[in-house]
Amino acid sequence: MSNELIDFVLVSIALLGIGIYGLSVKRNAIRMLFAVEIIINAANLNLVAFGRFLPHSGGQTLALFSIAIAAAEVAVGLSLIIVAYRMYQNIDIADFRSLKG
Amino acid sequence: MADAVFLALSVITIGSAIAALEMRSLIYGSIALMGTLGGIAGFFLLLDSPFVAMFQLAVYVGSIAVLILFTVMLVKRELIFKKIEDKRRKFAGIALMLIFMVALGSVIMDSGIKSITTNEPAVDFRNIGADFLTYYWPALILMGLILAGSVTGALVLARREDIQNEQRTD
Repeated sequence: MSNELIDFVLVSIALLGIGIYGLSVKRNAIRMLFAVEIIINAANLNLVAFGRFLPHSGGQTLALFSIAIAAAEVAVGLSLIIVAYRMYQNIDIADFRSLKG
Repeated sequence: MADAVFLALSVITIGSAIAALEMRSLIYGSIALMGTLGGIAGFFLLLDSPFVAMFQLAVYVGSIAVLILFTVMLVKRELIFKKIEDKRRKFAGIALMLIFMVALGSVIMDSGIKSITTNEPAVDFRNIGADFLTYYWPALILMGLILAGSVTGALVLARREDIQNEQRTD
């Protein structure tokens, strides 16, 4: 294998930084969900990379679990966004201040 | 050293991650997010784990990105194109990102993992299937229950109560 572990870890750090930027700057709820997806993918890349270089099958197994849980998280998150959009007619999270009933 | 395929994949992945957050239209943004997820699948192929790569393509690019795209289509048109952020916050966010990347990157570069390479054969994906059914079976069942519960919860949350069900009786 010509690629080293450090290359994959650096790409993962770059994706994590981009995700943190998106979470801290954007106020659009759907864009924040994009940022969360990017961070989850950076974590999965790290899992598979370390699992390849050990080598051990646990990394790939955990990555599969993580992908499945992320699918559930996106389904719930998108339906929460739709409910909030129906209540406030907006997807700006600064408008979601009062979450009572 | 990294090879050309790796460099091209990392440019595609990181570039479309930035595009997903910075594109003016949310629709193009979600298509760029698809590019990021596909690039990660390419990295999984480079890491000799084709099973995880296919899972990533099926779950992320196939279902999650399409789900996001349909949710974007449900939102009003002017909200899709409106950008809501202030300049100062944006500069602070870029500074935070750069500080984070440089700090974590220098820590990683100084650590021992810089010299790790491997010549060992990749893990056979049949081992993963065996692991799932032997050691990880409680986690597998729990994951199935969590998936079912969360999808049911999503359906219940998104249901509209103000619309009457119009069923024909004739």
